Amino acid sequence: MTGLFSEVFLSALMFGAVTAAIPLLLAGLGEQMSEKAGVLNIGIEGMMLAGAYLGFVGAFYSGSLWLGFFTGAAGGVAVALIMALLCVRIGLNQIVIGIALTLGLEGLTALLHHFQFSRSYPRLPAADATVIPLLSDIPVIGPAFFKHHLIVYLAVGLVFGVGYLYRHTQLGLNLQAAGDKPAALDVAGIDVIKTRTIAVLTTGALAGLGGAYLANVGAGLFIPFISNGAGFLGIVLAMLARGRPVWVLFGALLFGVCLSLTTAMQVAGINIPTDVIQMLPFLAVMIMLVLFGRRASLPAALGIPYERGTR
Amino acid sequence: MVSLSSLPGAGKRDIVALEGVTKRFPGIVANDSIDLSIRPGEVHVLLGENGAGKSTLIGMLSGLLQPDEGRILVDGKPTQITSPRHALALGIGTVFQHMMLVPALTVAENLLLGGPWWQRPRTEELEARVAEITRSLGITVKLHAKVSELSLGEQQQVEILRAMVRNSRLLILDESTSMLTPKGIDELGALMRRLVEQGLAIVFITHKLKEAAAFGDRISVLKLGRKVGEIPPGRFRALGEQEIVSEIVELMFGKQKDDPEAVECPIRTVCVEAAPLLQVADLTVAPTDNAPGLSSISFDIRPGEILGIAGIDGNGQKQLAEALAGQRVATRGSVRLEGTAIEMLSVGERRQRGLRYLTDDRLGEGTVGTFPVSINFFLKQVGAAPFWRNGFEQRAEIDKRAAQLVREYDVRTPSLKTPVARLSGGNIQKVLLARELAEGAKVVIFNKPTYGLDLANTLASRQRIRDTAARGHAVLLISTDLEELLSMCDRIAVIANGALVGTVENVDDARTKVGRLMIGLAA
Repeated sequence: MTGLFSEVFLSALMFGAVTAAIPLLLAGLGEQMSEKAGVLNIGIEGMMLAGAYLGFVGAFYSGSLWLGFFTGAAGGVAVALIMALLCVRIGLNQIVIGIALTLGLEGLTALLHHFQFSRSYPRLPAADATVIPLLSDIPVIGPAFFKHHLIVYLAVGLVFGVGYLYRHTQLGLNLQAAGDKPAALDVAGIDVIKTRTIAVLTTGALAGLGGAYLANVGAGLFIPFISNGAGFLGIVLAMLARGRPVWVLFGALLFGVCLSLTTAMQVAGINIPTDVIQMLPFLAVMIMLVLFGRRASLPAALGIPYERGTR
Repeated sequence: MVSLSSLPGAGKRDIVALEGVTKRFPGIVANDSIDLSIRPGEVHVLLGENGAGKSTLIGMLSGLLQPDEGRILVDGKPTQITSPRHALALGIGTVFQHMMLVPALTVAENLLLGGPWWQRPRTEELEARVAEITRSLGITVKLHAKVSELSLGEQQQVEILRAMVRNSRLLILDESTSMLTPKGIDELGALMRRLVEQGLAIVFITHKLKEAAAFGDRISVLKLGRKVGEIPPGRFRALGEQEIVSEIVELMFGKQKDDPEAVECPIRTVCVEAAPLLQVADLTVAPTDNAPGLSSISFDIRPGEILGIAGIDGNGQKQLAEALAGQRVATRGSVRLEGTAIEMLSVGERRQRGLRYLTDDRLGEGTVGTFPVSINFFLKQVGAAPFWRNGFEQRAEIDKRAAQLVREYDVRTPSLKTPVARLSGGNIQKVLLARELAEGAKVVIFNKPTYGLDLANTLASRQRIRDTAARGHAVLLISTDLEELLSMCDRIAVIANGALVGTVENVDDARTKVGRLMIGLAA
């Protein structure tokens, strides 16, 4: 037990928390954008898996992590394109299509993994960290927060970028109107379908990027079902955050700590069954939902396909 | 920005013309070969009952719907108005009957919707423009309030403002006056006059014949999807207001020539000695951010009496109704029904004792839109015998009683199973009336009972209200339509900023007195 609270342990724990939080953050930000525009994106888990698989493939064959991030995001967009076509343009049920996409991508990526990688289980080399001078010298906090891959800082910066988008731009207004009262947006002369499509595709890109980070930086390899519910946690985060990107960041960090703690406690050899430890993040979800879920306010037209001229 | 006064040939050529336009929906012909000419410098009034096809016509002009046959000419050229954006680009601005504002955004944000997406919203520019327009309109708009916190009337003002901000050259007003105060309506009329003098064209839709006669230059009358008549400007000017009204009535109903809204007020005898059925004393509700509270409201209503509440929308009318019904917490004061204090009772208990509240939000809090008509009759009795027994729905009982109510209250519905949201506003109101007045009512609160209804349904609702009083119930009638109050009430109280500023007996000079109270002068 003495090792549990040592400096090294604490900073490793927090480092792990950040690593675990980034995919959740990206998924949560993505889901938030879809929901703002009125599309409940259950397919986000599938988008993450597509991103994880294609991201790994891209990085593995090219040797470039950045190309991997790009192919991962593209994979997410590809799945989002199906979602946008079926749910936004044709107006099919978002929940049914979302579940179908998730299940389909789980199967497809597992199958592709089986043919490509199941004999060799290739790994990527550890990602280069961008060490931030001075800040990284702070004890405990320094190594935990300021020795990550560049994409981590970019993801955190994105939180504020998205926040600015929602509060200070015309596109942000359009997105919110598309989710709250699409008819009002339509008569204002903005194409609701296009606005929602933009939102869903952006979600795909963010989720795909999150998946690619998970595979390439977090794990260094691709295995089936690697996302392990991260997309669903993203949905919970988006719901709890009530439209505020910063809250997604806080939520993602909180869940990240829980996820990191499960690993840490197993490593530390604490005498609790691993199954119980692994429940921790999901227990945290339930507690968060009980505490804050009731006050979560969702857009009025969430989940309702828009069709012009219907009441 | 287009300078409106410099438009070539203002007053001569049509801005927009419809030629033989037909639009069909499954089962009905909503518009049957309609011709219409809309000219700059004219207020073109479209009159018609609910279901006459006015909304469909507006839908086609604003790019929401496409005609099946016929064509629309814009500036003389056949044009397909393909989308709302296209309509806006053509200079056609519409204020829709159903609110087209995003409730979660502020007024300013709603006005900014539709700008190019890559731009930052131009808030300062908007504020200057809005200040200019509101000054000429004589309205005040809270630019930074959320739309969801505004009253329906205030929201409508924002919608009119929005069309003005967009520099439209054809402005379509779909039932825009239904929520305005008499003064507001006059102001809108004066504003429409100023706008058409600058060369703007206006299509003005209203149920109120007097408004049509007072504000129009040209009137087209629609009936069951057809245009049944038109009064062109030359003839319009030659006729007096009364003659115009009687001509329109003839076109619309083909019956008597008098103004149908001017019903003789039958003399009901309110027994002055009878003990009041409803006594309200010192009722106070704390104000919220964007809604006024109530300050120390007191009044009595005797059996058989109709007490009207007049006032500009958003002055606490809804708060008063909800506080009485038990839906809003009062900080102080007493409410007595037949002498028994009920201010501590719940909504359900108050209803049990005979206090009924007809909300103005018919589809929102009044009914569950997707539920069938039959269930909506018993929404407030869910679980109670004989319609539910041991937690099970008694389908036969419900249908039997529902069928009876449908007959009794003349609800026009395809079947008892039809979702209530599919009915017209008038029929939804009848469902509400049936539910609230059915059995055991003693005191009934009506909040804007005729808002948005067509003439036939308005008259029917008013008759129901009179009948309710005639049966010896006490009636509180909240309305922003002064004519309505004057034609129905025994006394009229005026509400301003959450307080009753005066009560007037409805005799000869009540109109002037109420009017003076409403604009803040002593009666």
